[in-house]
Amino acid sequence: MTTTTLTRPDTAVPSRPSGADAARHRRKRILNWIAVHSVAVALALFFVLPFVFVLLTSVMSDDQAMSGDLWPGSWNWSNYSTVFHTPGFLDWWRNSLMYALLGTVFTVCSSVPVAYALAKFRFRGRRTAMMLVISTMMLPPQVVIIPMYLVWAQQFHLSGSLWPLIIPMAFGDAYSIFLLRQFLLTIPQEYIESAKVDGCGEFRTLLKIVVPMAKPGIAAVALFQFFYCWNDYFGPQIYAAQNPGAWTLSYGLESFKSAHAVNWNLTMAATLLVMAPVVIVFFFAQKAFVEGVTLTGVKG
Amino acid sequence: MALSLSTPAKSAGRATDPAPRDSPLRRKRNRERLRNLGFLSPWIVGFSVFFGYPLIATVYFSFMHYNQIKAPTFVGLRNWRYVLEQMPLFGPALWNTLWLVVVMVALRVVFGLGIGLLITKIKTGAGLFRTAFYIPYLAPPVAATVAFVFLLNPSTGPVNEMLSWVGLHGPNWFNDPDWSKPSLVLLSLWGIGDLMVIFMASLLDVPKEQYEAADLDGAGAWAKFRYVTWPAITPIVLFAVVTGVVQTMQYYTQALVAGKLASGVSIGPGTVIQPGYPDHSTLTVPQLVYSLGFQNFNTGAACVLSLVLFAIAMAVTLLLMRKSVGLIPAED
Repeated sequence: MTTTTLTRPDTAVPSRPSGADAARHRRKRILNWIAVHSVAVALALFFVLPFVFVLLTSVMSDDQAMSGDLWPGSWNWSNYSTVFHTPGFLDWWRNSLMYALLGTVFTVCSSVPVAYALAKFRFRGRRTAMMLVISTMMLPPQVVIIPMYLVWAQQFHLSGSLWPLIIPMAFGDAYSIFLLRQFLLTIPQEYIESAKVDGCGEFRTLLKIVVPMAKPGIAAVALFQFFYCWNDYFGPQIYAAQNPGAWTLSYGLESFKSAHAVNWNLTMAATLLVMAPVVIVFFFAQKAFVEGVTLTGVKG
Repeated sequence: MALSLSTPAKSAGRATDPAPRDSPLRRKRNRERLRNLGFLSPWIVGFSVFFGYPLIATVYFSFMHYNQIKAPTFVGLRNWRYVLEQMPLFGPALWNTLWLVVVMVALRVVFGLGIGLLITKIKTGAGLFRTAFYIPYLAPPVAATVAFVFLLNPSTGPVNEMLSWVGLHGPNWFNDPDWSKPSLVLLSLWGIGDLMVIFMASLLDVPKEQYEAADLDGAGAWAKFRYVTWPAITPIVLFAVVTGVVQTMQYYTQALVAGKLASGVSIGPGTVIQPGYPDHSTLTVPQLVYSLGFQNFNTGAACVLSLVLFAIAMAVTLLLMRKSVGLIPAED
């Protein structure tokens, strides 16, 4: 992998022309700076204002949230505790956490060895295997959902729970395998060879040499999977819909709005509570995240 | 430019010569085969059980009448004919999905590239801007949709309120069949962060010497973009288009949630909602699969529809992929 610094590389300073020319250049540079930054600020407003409005509305009184006012007349922080005390809300949190944490652990544990084999072992059919991984990544989940649902519901009687979503993650996830493989390709073969010369078995080589070197890639996969599970709506809708006790935050949020038909303030507070973990985790793990996006995108 | 998604791995002494039985070489190869299978086993099991099997079963059910209670009965092509010729919602759902694929993907790529270009030019506060542009991408789709239904609420939402300050009468957004899809596009442009990062990384990879050479030739900004930047990033643009098309073919959560919430229906147990409010304008093919299979229990028709989705997704992907050899990790 070529290490991409995401900051702009220093531009070489050209030798300064003198006199009037220099003044003209300076003026042009300043105008350019102003133009670029005003566009950026305007765009940044487009991205940030929705959060601001959601936050402001979340602390309004019930009546004011209906009025179209933009600024809260009084700051009702108690809306948040009201949301937490809504029956079911804490269960949804617990379910979301369980789904996201177990899903992440399962995915990482099962995808690492597969990705390692696809990146580092040479065998016939490796290219075909890779193509199959990519094609499963490409296909809409709706294509296989009906027979899968029937199996989980009729053979295993697991509908009304999140297990039909969690268990498959113990068998590798195409997207994670793909991303990890891209990362593992960048680990020089020599490290692996020399571990073997030192008498390391395949599995120990993977655990002691490859995994520590692949930490950033694994971190990215773990984050993506965590967010995927946290954000998933379709899965919980299929398997957990009949049983509100198994709902996740993402699924419950929409019904929360339906139940509180008029309470935009409570709904916005709940919306922020659903977003919060994602944003908080992002701030702690920005680097791994951005690296992961770049890696799946283009790097090699 | 790094686009082939793979680095050529060093050939690890591949043994292809025929070797006598029980020779150490032979034993080594058998051991290797076992090792490969061992490491790949989670995926082999996962692929066959969670992908191969249901795909075959979908084809099987597409020829069956099955309501998930009584045993399936064979009906030949009836489901296929029903879906393709008679089902009233198939046309609108397909149209909406294709509309979104074309408009959303095109605008996302243009907008994402624009922001990528802008951010590489920012000198002050780049980190701050980057974060601002990126964060919405992380917002859970349901939460983002709920927020947008509120923001774009025609009578009480802040957006129309702000438009009225400058004397504009805002549209009815999610409540108007002509504006519901553009509203969804707006929502997806808000979450452009992933594309921005990908474009940004590839823009920073364009060799600087080429810009310097173009400068010496007196090239203007447009010429530099056209002759230096664009050729260097076309593979990534293509990649963004392919993944964008695939994602949009699966477009589900946002359309469903927006339609439901904007319709104002309060959803209790037993309420069957006609998806796609208003006037089926936000009904997508995946939504139709769900409503056929899990609300109407018309398993056969739902399977037909998912196969149609499969076929379109495959066709589009292959078509785009053919134009983009090198996107697929190639080696051996």
